[in-house]
Amino acid sequence: MAQSQVKIVEDPAVQEGEAIITCTNVNKWFGDMHVLKDVNLNITKGEVLVILGPSGSGKSTFIRTINGLEEIQKGDIEIDGVTLSHDIKAVEAIRKDTGMVFQQFNLFPHMTILKNIMLAPIWVRKKPKKEAEKLAMELLERVGIPEQADKYPGQLSGGQQQRVAIARALAMQPEIMLFDEPTSALDPEMIKEVLDVMKELARSGITMIVVTHEMGFAREVADRIVLFDNGEIIEMGTPVELFDNPQHDRTKLFLSQIL
Amino acid sequence: MSENLKLVEYTKPIAPPVNSIGALEWLKKNLFNNWFNSVLTIVSAIVLYLVVTNALYWVFIEAQWAVISNNYKLFMVGQYPVSELWRVWVALLFASLLFGMSSGVWKGTMIRIASILTLIYLLHIIVPFTATESKVWLSAQIGVLIFGYFLGSFLPKAKWITLIGWFFVIPVSILLLRGFGIGAFPLVRTNLWNGLLLTILISIVAIVLSMPIGVLLALGRTSKLPAIKYFCISYIELIRGIPLITILFMAQIIVPLFLPPGMAIDNVVRVMIGATLFTSAYMAENVRGGLQSIPKGQYEAAKTIGLNPVQTTTFIILPQALRAIIPTIVGQSISMFKDTTLVAIVGLVDLLGIAQSVKSNPDFLGRHMEVYIFIAFVYWVIAYTMSYSSRRLEKSLGVGER
Ligand SMILES: Nc1ncnc2c1ncn2[C@@H]1O[C@H](COP(=O)(O)OP(=O)(O)O)[C@@H](O)[C@H]1O
Ligand SMILES: [Mg+2]
Repeated sequence: MAQSQVKIVEDPAVQEGEAIITCTNVNKWFGDMHVLKDVNLNITKGEVLVILGPSGSGKSTFIRTINGLEEIQKGDIEIDGVTLSHDIKAVEAIRKDTGMVFQQFNLFPHMTILKNIMLAPIWVRKKPKKEAEKLAMELLERVGIPEQADKYPGQLSGGQQQRVAIARALAMQPEIMLFDEPTSALDPEMIKEVLDVMKELARSGITMIVVTHEMGFAREVADRIVLFDNGEIIEMGTPVELFDNPQHDRTKLFLSQIL
Repeated sequence: MSENLKLVEYTKPIAPPVNSIGALEWLKKNLFNNWFNSVLTIVSAIVLYLVVTNALYWVFIEAQWAVISNNYKLFMVGQYPVSELWRVWVALLFASLLFGMSSGVWKGTMIRIASILTLIYLLHIIVPFTATESKVWLSAQIGVLIFGYFLGSFLPKAKWITLIGWFFVIPVSILLLRGFGIGAFPLVRTNLWNGLLLTILISIVAIVLSMPIGVLLALGRTSKLPAIKYFCISYIELIRGIPLITILFMAQIIVPLFLPPGMAIDNVVRVMIGATLFTSAYMAENVRGGLQSIPKGQYEAAKTIGLNPVQTTTFIILPQALRAIIPTIVGQSISMFKDTTLVAIVGLVDLLGIAQSVKSNPDFLGRHMEVYIFIAFVYWVIAYTMSYSSRRLEKSLGVGER
């Protein structure tokens, strides 16, 4: 088992290009429950990585460790040369370079859409208000809803809210975007509008890690797919490799259930 | 062709059916729909008739309201010297100006509050027993209030000026009422501050100061530093376990212990401190409830966009938490306002205290009913205005909707 993981790390596809995220033997427990078991993964700059796996397999926990929302108990995560540690300053520095989009949007309901997006540029990046507003409007154009700027999150549809959440994350001009099941809380007719925004982002060359159950998206956009089960990476490869020629029995089982 | 015409007719908007029923039908449906309800309706009508007619008879025929009109100044400001009354009027002018400006800035609920205030001023101008000088001052209040409205509507940065004004109105008023012992401002000792003036001052100080203290205590309670956390918990639990009266008594004895020897603190200030410390503990618990109502996702979203803990609390968590507990904050304020009646026990003469002394005045023997009904009415008007404004505010802020 440990052997096969070492092999994965040495996969030539991973070695080419410059690694922006390096996870080495990452372990995480909730109480006695071992939810991440020796996870090894390198992510290259500009790569789009899709994480698949059954519910409860540790996907959310894993991507939350990358921006320090969950602490790990063993192993190392290095982002852009900085090691994530207990040092709150290091964690805060890394958070400024990573944006995250949640399943439940988590917009700030007491602020207008524009204020939601302007908050971080003003208070974290210390941009002047005018500049922050201009940036926020550009981002709203980019996700296709500039006309909603002065509304409150509660007045928008789920799909629109999620696009605002993406714009809010982008406002920090991050190098890495993390998505945790961004379309799972959406009505079917709104999934496409969010996926379209994500596809555009992927083309723009930003590094993305996406936890999703949207197989079409994974096949079309992912550079690489990893499959999580029971806290471990059990298989990794390009979409073609993984979908058309899965090696591991559990991968086959998972794909047969979901496709 | 004719089919097309039909289609146009069908797509014409149709008004919803009007749900109109006649008065008789309404009575039948709501009050006399079976024999039991009919009996209930008739009995209630008889009781209501007796209560209302007797009450009206008492208010307009039997009661002798001279006890109120002759002692009106006492009820309002107690023994505050007549020669210095202009200071109370000026302090009130400041407040009226701010109410006016606020209604200009925020409109909506503030306009209603300002209107209620104007109505109260007008009533006092109309009633015959008000002294001419007071009528002039009252008219000035209305004038300033209206002037404030236009200032608030048209002045640039009116919002900030108004907020700063509210911040200073209480300390400035208290200083003005107290005086500096020089020239036109001779010292007016606080034992002469009585009646409604005292009631309002103690309530406002306790309510306004308890909010920031309550927020700090509630945040302290969630602190990771054990010293702060347990200090806050002990404070809150200790105070909530003690009746306000006991705290007021203790404030008389304990507060002087913390002062350097030789420095005396005024009785009124001690009561204000006691009432503030008391209300703060309850405010803290209210705020804690508000903090707990904020979903974990809000903290996480704030973290991931890079906000630090202080920014997260100030911009994301507190605004939502406080908004969610407006009804409880106002409820707390109303009970504080009514609880000020307890200060009589430690020797202060608030509105209730004045009522006690007026009713024992031999000139007005046996007029206690009028006195108590009058002060009950005053308490009610103020408390109801507060709860009414809070309901309006909740609506306009959309509390309860996410
Ligand atoms: N905060 C937590 N405390 C305790 N257990 C947790 C917590 N978060 C997740 N878990 C558990 O960890 C496991 C992995 O969860 P998660 O990462 O959310 O899986 P996935 O996102 O793949 O569905 C699950 O068994 C879940 O119950
Ligand atoms: Mg998950």
